[in-house]
Amino acid sequence: MHALRKSRPLRRIVLASAATVSGLVLLLSLKPHTAPALAVGTPAPTSSSSSAAGSGGTSGTTGSRTVTGDSVDTRWGPVQVRITIQDGKLTEVTAVTYPTENRRDQEISSYAIPQLRREALAAQSANIDTVSGATYTSTGYRQSLQSALDSVGL
Amino acid sequence: MGTVFSFDVRGGDPDAVRAALDEAVAELHRVDEVYSTYRENSQISRLARGELTVEECDPEVADVLELAAEAERVSDGWFSRRYAGRLDPTGIVKGWAAERAADTLMAAGAAGVSVNGGGDVQMAGMPGPGRPWRVGIADPLRPGGLAAVISAAGVDRLAVATSGTAERGAHIVDPRTGRSAVTDLVAVTVVGPSLTWVDCWATAAFAMGSRAGLTWLESLPEVEALLITAGDEVRCTDGLAARLG
Repeated sequence: MHALRKSRPLRRIVLASAATVSGLVLLLSLKPHTAPALAVGTPAPTSSSSSAAGSGGTSGTTGSRTVTGDSVDTRWGPVQVRITIQDGKLTEVTAVTYPTENRRDQEISSYAIPQLRREALAAQSANIDTVSGATYTSTGYRQSLQSALDSVGL
Repeated sequence: MGTVFSFDVRGGDPDAVRAALDEAVAELHRVDEVYSTYRENSQISRLARGELTVEECDPEVADVLELAAEAERVSDGWFSRRYAGRLDPTGIVKGWAAERAADTLMAAGAAGVSVNGGGDVQMAGMPGPGRPWRVGIADPLRPGGLAAVISAAGVDRLAVATSGTAERGAHIVDPRTGRSAVTDLVAVTVVGPSLTWVDCWATAAFAMGSRAGLTWLESLPEVEALLITAGDEVRCTDGLAARLG
């Protein structure tokens, strides 16, 4: 589990702005379950965002890097995300593996994947908290995105 | 409800906020069990089949049906609590449930909360000192782009709901005639204090089309809107500019 660890404030800020997920609950799933990674009560003020980014200094924040996240098993099948980081900013998010087993999977993936990408990229680029639109997301996508962010030290 | 809710909660006592979040999540699952039209045994499904009366349902079911009836009245029937002739208040339930979830977290002492239910957002409080919530409006004609950014500056509660389609000239069912109609819109975003209502108004205005939809939205108090046509024209209510961030 790649939780949003408190010891890594920069990553939390980046993820919060990239995917706007302090907590996420999947209601497509019929049985109640708790959200796996909640950053409740640990706000990431804008002021510390810029200073943390300035002092982050982890390798891989300059130049372009492409990293593939863990494959995360969901009840519909594995989900795996690849990201590209340019100068410390998330510039591309691609789902390399996603559920396609049946028509319903394909239908959901066909609108969910582009919108997840849009949300992840738009949220970071425009300094916004969330996106209104026909937006869907998934725990598997988020977990794989988190693992990719983890591995580049963001 | 077949959708996803994400919570962004800021400030407050971590234990109290965590408990409130658990409560809000459990409540969303409960709402899904009661109102889902996809579940044969939900109260709404049984009510639609005449196996239950409203009085036999959860007390809140009557409240929700009354809200849906009110939305139908205000929208002159363009919002409907029926689908294909069958009782289906799910058009109001998602926004109502997300708004209530936000209330639960604020009541527990959170400084700010944003609940996004399938692209419709209820915000309250502030995400940080002196910083308002900001919501990007997805541009339906430019994947990855934003058509506008809405700011909650100056208000304690704000909701943003978008109704739309990825397809141009999408076919919709005119709820008043039951017949197929074609809207000239690809997206309608409605902004106001309460997600319960702005979600309904976005649904209704989308079906009305740009001309009637804009005129009607202008007539509603405390509501601003942004409409995008299939021809990529953007139309706004007069007061929207004050909400653009």
